[in-house]
Amino acid sequence: MSAEETELLRKAEEFLALFRKGADFTKELLRENEKLRRQLVAVEDRQNSAAQSDVEWAKLRSELLGRIQSLEEEKQDVLQRLQTVEEENRQFAARYLEVEEENNNLANLYISSFQLHSTLNLSEVLKIVVEIVINLIGAERFAIYIADEKTRALQPVACEGEPLSAFPVARIGEGPIGEAVESGETWCSDPGGGLDLKRPIVCIPLRLEDRPIGAITIYALLQQKQGFTPLDDELFTLLGGHAATAIFAAQLYGLSERKLNTIQGFIDLLTK
Amino acid sequence: MDRHRILIVEDSPTMRQLLVFALKRLKNADVVEAQDGMDGLRKVTSDHFDLALVDINMPVMDGLKLISLIRGEDNLKGMRICVITTEGAQEDRERALALGADEYLTKPIQANRVLAIAKSLLKIE
Repeated sequence: MSAEETELLRKAEEFLALFRKGADFTKELLRENEKLRRQLVAVEDRQNSAAQSDVEWAKLRSELLGRIQSLEEEKQDVLQRLQTVEEENRQFAARYLEVEEENNNLANLYISSFQLHSTLNLSEVLKIVVEIVINLIGAERFAIYIADEKTRALQPVACEGEPLSAFPVARIGEGPIGEAVESGETWCSDPGGGLDLKRPIVCIPLRLEDRPIGAITIYALLQQKQGFTPLDDELFTLLGGHAATAIFAAQLYGLSERKLNTIQGFIDLLTK
Repeated sequence: MDRHRILIVEDSPTMRQLLVFALKRLKNADVVEAQDGMDGLRKVTSDHFDLALVDINMPVMDGLKLISLIRGEDNLKGMRICVITTEGAQEDRERALALGADEYLTKPIQANRVLAIAKSLLKIE
């Protein structure tokens, strides 16, 4: 092959390569074009399906507004239910605190009652009454009186904060202590009052049915106790009944023990 | 889980019963009672306790003496102490805390207050 033919062949191959590139590029363009045409058709379809006219647009808009409205209502409903649940939670929390306080109060009352009836020894009973008045009521100065039904005297037998001799003997029906014992009504006055051992700030009559057993008189509270609470009222009521029963039972038991010992002593003498 | 051991040192049986009731709500807690300072001292030196609730006015040995003896023992320094007493004056509180008490509660007490203090001192949630 001559040089000219070789050159021609070379140029022809170059042209063919270039032509092939052009063909490939054109095919690429055609594919891109097809793709874009399809996208265009899709967009046009969407646009066409959204609304053909103003009426369609209005209908679509109305549907969307309706949907928004119903979502708003649902949201309000959920918010309201949330508020209701929150309110219920607050009520449950408050009720829980009430129940806990009630539980604590009942525990105090149960323990007081348990201790009062745990012994038939009079001095032990009086000691327990003293403990209850100090530890559960919070009194600093007080006395326990026991009634003598025959003489109608009210004799102090236990106390705290002052020597026993400092507390005056009272009589049933006379003076604030005696009147409270006769009536059976607990009374209390301002805890901030001055110290007068004839005028207690609280007088709790101890009665068993209609029988006067004695009284608990409180003259001063512990420094840290500001005033009386509803639990104190419950404790006054408990002491008025249960302390009276415990003291009466202890007195009876002591009397019967002594009589039993006396009789036993006689029997022992007779049988020797 | 380790159980917490709590010692109540109180001469009044009524108060002991109330404190036992208050601490019943603590899970994993064993409660032991001592009826005066000397009894309390015997118990703390023979057994391990995480917390002691101590009254001040007691026969045989008072609470302040007991606290100072406890704090004098190296092996008892980790034990927390809460005083429960009728003494409400600020100087009484300061004296007890200076001797080594961690908390000071005045009577009359409420069970839930005792429980809250016990949980706080034992680091229970």
